[in-house]
Amino acid sequence: MKSAGALFSWRVFLSFLKKLILIQLFLSFDDFTAVDHIDFKVYKGECVGFLGPNGAGKTTTVRMMYCFLLPTSGELKLAGLSVNTQCREIKSIVGVAPQEDNLDPDFTAIKNLTVYARYFDIPKDEALKRAEEQLKFFQLEEKRDVPIAALSTGMKRRLIFARALINQPQILLLDEPTTGLDPQARHLAWDEVRNLKKKQVTIILTTHYMDEAAFLCDRILIIDRGKIIEEGKPAELVKKHVGEEVLELDYDEKLIPTLKEAFPGADFERLGDRLQIFTDKPHGVFEGFLKDHPMQNVTIRTANLEDVFLKLTGRGLREE
Amino acid sequence: MPKLTYRVWKVWRRNFDVFTKTIKVNFLPSLLEPILYLLAFGFGLGGFIPSIQGQPYIDFIAPALVAIAIMNGAFFECTFGSFVRMYYQKTFDAIVATPVSVEEVVAGELLWGATRSTINATIVLAVIAIFGLIKSPLFLLVVPLAFFGGLMFGSIAMCFTAAAPNIDFFNFPSFLFLTPMFFLSGTFFPLTSLPYAAQVAAMAVLPLTHVVNICRALVTTHVEPILGLNPQTLLLISLAWIIVVGVFFFIVSINLMKKRLTG
Repeated sequence: MKSAGALFSWRVFLSFLKKLILIQLFLSFDDFTAVDHIDFKVYKGECVGFLGPNGAGKTTTVRMMYCFLLPTSGELKLAGLSVNTQCREIKSIVGVAPQEDNLDPDFTAIKNLTVYARYFDIPKDEALKRAEEQLKFFQLEEKRDVPIAALSTGMKRRLIFARALINQPQILLLDEPTTGLDPQARHLAWDEVRNLKKKQVTIILTTHYMDEAAFLCDRILIIDRGKIIEEGKPAELVKKHVGEEVLELDYDEKLIPTLKEAFPGADFERLGDRLQIFTDKPHGVFEGFLKDHPMQNVTIRTANLEDVFLKLTGRGLREE
Repeated sequence: MPKLTYRVWKVWRRNFDVFTKTIKVNFLPSLLEPILYLLAFGFGLGGFIPSIQGQPYIDFIAPALVAIAIMNGAFFECTFGSFVRMYYQKTFDAIVATPVSVEEVVAGELLWGATRSTINATIVLAVIAIFGLIKSPLFLLVVPLAFFGGLMFGSIAMCFTAAAPNIDFFNFPSFLFLTPMFFLSGTFFPLTSLPYAAQVAAMAVLPLTHVVNICRALVTTHVEPILGLNPQTLLLISLAWIIVVGVFFFIVSINLMKKRLTG
């Protein structure tokens, strides 16, 4: 068990042989420490999620992984290749789907893919074949010869995802991959991630969507202010930090003593005029209480990753 | 000293693919501008001007128009063009996520700037050929000159791009650098009509002077006796200047851009 207060170190690596390579990462630019002493490891075929408020250092960490930024000290290795010396090799086995839209506005959908394939030395016929496959999978075939200015945000996001796969990467870096997508497109993207997991592609993704993280990720790292503050499997984190169930009701001072008596040891969170009570007791404990004390405007739900996240990182807004 | 591989041409090729899509729009200004200058200054004004060192005025300015095309082609491509790709489209970020390095992206942009210079210069060369103003078979060497001159101008321009906080910034080099050169590099009047000190300044600080000197020699075999130098010396100095300054800024611009792009 790790406590957030201690000076612990985590290790970063991706290894074919699942061997541990001890690494520590420290990056700062312009007196601002974006990522401060994090290290963690990722195993081949895993899907690891980075969660954190804006400005936590997630994108910075991802950018270090494809050599866009270099760590000021420490070591970062992917599949045994070091970012300090073997960037080209790393970039040829990594696929990157960035947060921003950096598609070529002058080209059509398919040309965006074939031009990108060129940077990887993929032969022209092979590139075209792969591009057509990707367009088909992401249901963009109709938009094949359409200039991307005419594509919706959702379609552009799907194209960026498709582009990240053009070199058939072993490691996929997804920075907020489903932001801006409608539910159908999100599920399509999730399907593709699961397919890739089956093919033993290692996936690292950053996201704000807790349901996405809980659904896709084998493990989660919660990053805040450049440090890792928690790490573990989604279900375990929920159980550990917020319990099993949550009762939400209107805040009423008079009820507090009764509630505290009924649920000793439970966490109470007040949000404006609502109250949340978290319990790790088995299901049914709240229902029993409500039978005796019927109330309006009450919700019982399972505790989820968002509760964990808000508990660990607080409810204050962060500036980027 | 940046490490570059064949991958610079992949970046070049991307720009070339975009160019071929917009070729009609790009083609027309390069064609019209020299025609207008030749008509207005060559024929219109030239009739009032006595010959310059034995040359009619229109013959004097024709090579300068080629040199100006070389300057503008690379300069605008490596300022506005590169800035839009870098800052608004984030194209460089996209390419750098592949096995192409940041230095190669910048070098590819510079090579493309040089190519634009070559294309524009060739168009102007064709125009002045049609006007019957080519007096020497050496004029074909203008094409390689355009490429290396373009590389030099592009490299200088790229340094501004590395420093530009926004696109309006390019007004500075446009008006403080390009415009003075446009007028004061022996383009529309001979440098030798200026005082010695001004000639020294033009030779020392204005890249266009050297491109004009060589262009004029290749197209008309005339060489202005700037600073009282004999033709061979002058041309050698100009060639050396272009090479040294070009190589210097090529390396410096790549390093500056790398610093900007990767923090």
